[in-house]
Amino acid sequence: MSRIAETFAALRARGQVALVPYFTAGDPDLPTTRDLVRAALAEGADAIELGVPFSDPMADGPVLQRSAARALAAGMTLPRVLELVAKLRSESTQPIVLFGYYNPFFRYGVERIAADAAAAGADGFLCVDLPPEEAGDLRAAARGAGLDLIALLAPTTPMARVRTIARVASGFLYFVSVLGVTGARAELPRELPALVRRARAVTHLPLGVGFGVGRPEQAAWIAGFADAVIVGSALARLVEEGEREAPARVASFLGGLRRAIGAAAAARTA
Amino acid sequence: MPRSKSSSAAPKLPDAAGHFGVYGGRYVSETLMPALIELERAYRRLRREPGFRRELASWLRDYANRPTPLYFAQHLSRRLGGARIYLKREDLLHTGAHKINNTIGQALLARRLKKTRLIAETGAGQHGVATATVAALFGMRCEIFMDAMNEALRDWIATVRDTFYVIGSVAGPHPYPLMVREFQAVIGEEARRQVLRACGRLPDACIACVGGGSNALGLFHAFRRDRRVELIGVEAAGRGLETGAHAASLAAGQVGVLHGSKSYLLQDETGQIRNAHSISAGLDYPGVGPEHAWLRDSGRATYVTVTDDEAVEGLRFLTSTEGIIPALESAHAVAHAIRLAPRLDRRQILLVNLSGRGDKDMGTVADYLGVKLT
Repeated sequence: MSRIAETFAALRARGQVALVPYFTAGDPDLPTTRDLVRAALAEGADAIELGVPFSDPMADGPVLQRSAARALAAGMTLPRVLELVAKLRSESTQPIVLFGYYNPFFRYGVERIAADAAAAGADGFLCVDLPPEEAGDLRAAARGAGLDLIALLAPTTPMARVRTIARVASGFLYFVSVLGVTGARAELPRELPALVRRARAVTHLPLGVGFGVGRPEQAAWIAGFADAVIVGSALARLVEEGEREAPARVASFLGGLRRAIGAAAAARTA
Repeated sequence: MPRSKSSSAAPKLPDAAGHFGVYGGRYVSETLMPALIELERAYRRLRREPGFRRELASWLRDYANRPTPLYFAQHLSRRLGGARIYLKREDLLHTGAHKINNTIGQALLARRLKKTRLIAETGAGQHGVATATVAALFGMRCEIFMDAMNEALRDWIATVRDTFYVIGSVAGPHPYPLMVREFQAVIGEEARRQVLRACGRLPDACIACVGGGSNALGLFHAFRRDRRVELIGVEAAGRGLETGAHAASLAAGQVGVLHGSKSYLLQDETGQIRNAHSISAGLDYPGVGPEHAWLRDSGRATYVTVTDDEAVEGLRFLTSTEGIIPALESAHAVAHAIRLAPRLDRRQILLVNLSGRGDKDMGTVADYLGVKLT
């Protein structure tokens, strides 16, 4: 069983829901990212999504676009992201997913990135612009290296396609909550619980919900029907505004989300 | 002149998943996948439907001004003293460039799909104008993004239920490279008939500029089985390939994935996309349509480059000999014809796609030449 599957199985056994923060690796620099991840893990994050910055982030809103631009300006590359993974792995057992756009992985070499990511201690990949139809090479390489390739579901994905995607996915399924790019939203779509439950009917994989989450109430709401709450842009904004205080502010924010999720999950199983 | 080595048993491309060999495909967010699948199904149905084809043909004729003339550039040819140069006059279309061929087609498709809003990206502005034009014609809302494709894709992810993304080149995710090629193929279909009528034979070469590559594929497609007709795409070498300030993805790029498909890209060794440069905004794109990558690999088409300097000189030379101002994009194709013609003899024919008119570029050219427009 992969580290991701084990983590979700353990949470499910405790009736709990995962908190999964996203950080762009190297925003504003690698040591800070390391501090941010440590802070997140100390606040009870169950897994980490580590963003591999890309010059043309087509599915991201302004906050994560700026975050990627800062990381690239600081000289971030995929080999340096892998160094960070290795450092984090030496001090934590929580799953780490490399999250990004396909081209940097493709350019590095699909077989090579799978082998090197596994050696560094990463647990999976998520490529925003790599639908299952085109993911054959990376999926095979990931599987060969014992890594998961996380698949995305969107509000527009029809049921037959949900089934097809679930059949080839591993680790967990990432449900995109909103029609649109990344970025915190004042309101999340009312039909989200129904969409997630509909997907749950055809898969045993855990379902995480991301995009748009910015407040503890939203995290608590999602914890009522999903297996993981994924939060990204809200953290990148704290990094952007917080500078040196960013790790402390991120810790306090994630602590709030963790408590809200914990209470909601407990209420769900009660 | 070298002859191409293409096989007559060439596979029918793209395949069902939109691949041209290893290129093409569909690399987009899951949110957009269902819309692209729906679009592909609708397009495959409509492209064979006589009613749709009649409707498209009538708008192209009565509104866009098709067929466009094939013009023998006799003064230009005489001055160069070699091959005879024929110009396919896409610059005479409504809105001043070939882009309208495609936007009419896609807008009709959008209407059949009951979409009420069009979006488009635009570099030189020609595709943006052509999209806004058909939006007005068909009573649709419209928004144009003055950026390559990132902002348009971001909009589309949020609006996909009521919005149709009108991509202007043979780039992007499947089915766009196929669809745009087919909407532009009218250029080559007409030109092939016209050159046969005028000269009694096929040209020795077809020459067209390549940014994303829609006017080039539009010209080339009808000649793809004419193995003696050389197909030459002209990329923008900007300030020179050696300076790094260029837009020649095929000449100096590597394979990668951007904006929905796999093709050649200007990128660094870590897969980050590099900025393109060309004096011509329409060629200033870091990628190229996937079918061009395949055509080059297969040997059926060849690709050369022309610098900013050569393109401006091409614009000047055509303007002064024929009184026709080409767009800076098309001036790249003209410049290559100017380079090639003197090496050939009078019996040989070069067919150049004059994809757009150059009025829009007068400010740019004046700046470049240090001329003050008053």
